[in-house]
Amino acid sequence: MQHNEKRWQNLGFQLGAVVLALLLTSLVILAAGAPPLDAYKQLLKGAFGTKMNVADTVVAWVPLLLATSGLLVTFAAGLWNIGVEGQIILGSIFTTGVLKLLQDSPLPPAFIIVLAVLGGMLGGGLWAVLAGVLKTFGGVNEIFGGLGLNFIATSMTIWLIFGPWKRPGVGSMSGTEPFPESLWLPTLPGLRLSIWAVMLGIIALVVIYFLLQGTYFGLKLKAVGNNPRAAFLLGIPTWQYMLLSFFLCGLFAGLAGSLQVVAVYHRLIPSISSGYGYLGLMVAMLINYQAFWVAPVAFFFVALNIGSIQLPIALKLDSSLSGVIQGSLVLAVLVVEGIRHRLLRK
Amino acid sequence: MKSKLVWQLFALVMIVSLALAACAPAATPAPEQPAQPAEPTKAPEQPAQPAEPTKAPEQPAEPFVFGMVMVGPYNDNGWNTAHYVAGQYVERKMNAKMLYIDKVNPADRPGTTPAQIAEQLLSQGAKFIIFNSDDMKDSSVDFNKAHPDVPMIHASGDYAWKEGKVYKPELKNYVNVMGRMEYGKMIAGCAAALTTQTGKIGYLGPLINDETRRLVASAYLGAKYCWTNYLGKDPKDLQFKVTWIGFWFNIPGVTSDPTQVANDFFNSGYDVLMSGIDTPEAQTEAKKQADAGKKVWAVPYDYEKACDVAPSICVGVPYFNWGPFYLRWIQAYLDGKYESAFEWYGPDWKDINNPDTSYVSFVKGPALSEENSKLVDKFIGELGGGLNLWKGPLNLQDGTQYLKDGEEATDQQIWYLPQLLEGIEGQSVQQ
Repeated sequence: MQHNEKRWQNLGFQLGAVVLALLLTSLVILAAGAPPLDAYKQLLKGAFGTKMNVADTVVAWVPLLLATSGLLVTFAAGLWNIGVEGQIILGSIFTTGVLKLLQDSPLPPAFIIVLAVLGGMLGGGLWAVLAGVLKTFGGVNEIFGGLGLNFIATSMTIWLIFGPWKRPGVGSMSGTEPFPESLWLPTLPGLRLSIWAVMLGIIALVVIYFLLQGTYFGLKLKAVGNNPRAAFLLGIPTWQYMLLSFFLCGLFAGLAGSLQVVAVYHRLIPSISSGYGYLGLMVAMLINYQAFWVAPVAFFFVALNIGSIQLPIALKLDSSLSGVIQGSLVLAVLVVEGIRHRLLRK
Repeated sequence: MKSKLVWQLFALVMIVSLALAACAPAATPAPEQPAQPAEPTKAPEQPAQPAEPTKAPEQPAEPFVFGMVMVGPYNDNGWNTAHYVAGQYVERKMNAKMLYIDKVNPADRPGTTPAQIAEQLLSQGAKFIIFNSDDMKDSSVDFNKAHPDVPMIHASGDYAWKEGKVYKPELKNYVNVMGRMEYGKMIAGCAAALTTQTGKIGYLGPLINDETRRLVASAYLGAKYCWTNYLGKDPKDLQFKVTWIGFWFNIPGVTSDPTQVANDFFNSGYDVLMSGIDTPEAQTEAKKQADAGKKVWAVPYDYEKACDVAPSICVGVPYFNWGPFYLRWIQAYLDGKYESAFEWYGPDWKDINNPDTSYVSFVKGPALSEENSKLVDKFIGELGGGLNLWKGPLNLQDGTQYLKDGEEATDQQIWYLPQLLEGIEGQSVQQ
């Protein structure tokens, strides 16, 4: 009975957070001189108005799903893997590299794609391990190491696009030369959505869910995250577990980056990671690191992103409003969480 | 312990929000109607009012809706504003309405593609799409393949050019338009050469591609011509240097900072800075230096009224007039005469500033002296009379021959200029 009451209480607080976030956002919209209801309507229209919009939202959902899933592993180990953005980028770079290397080879295209995706995962994993090594052996906090590595990854992309991998004769911000269609993941007719990518995203989430909830490994990882010293004394090889969690997260981030190349852009572009890493951090915090909520909340976040394109068209509002909504949501949840702790302690 | 955790969370949220904010598009001020481009004769037209009382009053037809996808902010006083006012020109000239979305580039709108954004315009009722940047070429093709029945224009591209190197015959309903800015840049280069007192002209370049190379080369050709023929000076005494920032406008952390580059030019003796980028840093920095007592000038680019940013140091501006392109093609579509084409049109030499007929032009700025103004007019007259500066002997930057003595460059040779020309300092190809 008491358990039930607590659950209702929690739900009340969570609803309160959502209301607070909506209130904050509406104030911002009003300040910009637009009617909030209209703005929300346009957001919905942009995300779900047509079959194509829905498909685009799902296209954006996949990399966010993957990045957030990966982040749950590092969060479980008590690590703030802010370098996830760079790990996505390295996934894209490695995949592009493999595709460029093999695109003229006699290998069957499907096999090349598989190799390229595996290469991308490896690239993301290695880049993550680098952040882990900096932390474990260099004493560099993973937040700062990660941020630094993100900058390097971005610069590397630009350098590759305008340098060694530039289009014949001319570098273009449009990215590298697009790959032939045989090397694209097949999409649904008339849409940009690849069922393969969606399946990989969902499988990844399920794997993470069971890894963290149902395995001995997940349990030990959480022990490391909760109290590394105690975990070490209990015989868990702490730093190895941390490195392994980085690697796992990097694999998923790398897969996200890889799919951006083989399923979405079909080439390497600047900003290929599209901020999904940072967004993933927000989603993970918002859902309090519970794998169960990754899919719906990530979907909500990308719907905001895709839908917000309508704001400048229809209402002359800046589409960064979606970022305001996402940010105030996370802040509101944290603030309400803080209030709850305080009230319940009394 | 708990409160520490909450603080850690809060700190992280702040970091992430800052990082996201850094990536997010800067807030666009609420769009004001920019000053109406000078065209006093025609008031903005509403759907044809029944002019004569004899006719039965007609219901004004629904305006034709067209969409524009712009790479930078619509109010950048440069490339994008030139397109934006062209859209307004169409709205004035016919019963049409523009929907637009700006800042469509990977830094400002991560996770979206121009094609996807064009589809959002379609969903709001647009029936004709204009992509305004070279960077949208892949996406414009994706869009065209997905919507072969939707007429579209890709400005500044060449996929529809039959004689071009990258012609894509499979594209239907795909139009490329481009102004022959080579003329505008030649005139601007001439004005710069007449104005410089140190003999050092700087060029603030965007990224290196075929288009930007040929424009830098044109500016140099114009400068060299007026320097030697009008001022009677030795071409060896003219220094012309380009520094590329890496993109059409400043993206912190990605491009070189154009403000910094402009200052480097002024601090190393370059007194006239020509701009090839979309935004007005060349002018704002020249203004600052001039206010501090230095004798420096700037030549902006793209937009007719670009000099308004800092008139006192503005020598003049070469600008695009996209309006007639868009009006003609939208009208052609309505008349059922729309088909894939490539157009590369220049000034109307009878009146280079004619808003209805001249695709490229030059407006003199307040900082151009009266005497030099006459020389610029003379140069324009000569160009209109058939003077061709893209004529041999001309060498490429590395000294290899580009045009033999007396040989005139073909359109392809100009469009696909492989390097800068001999005499220009600066990178020819991205390293």
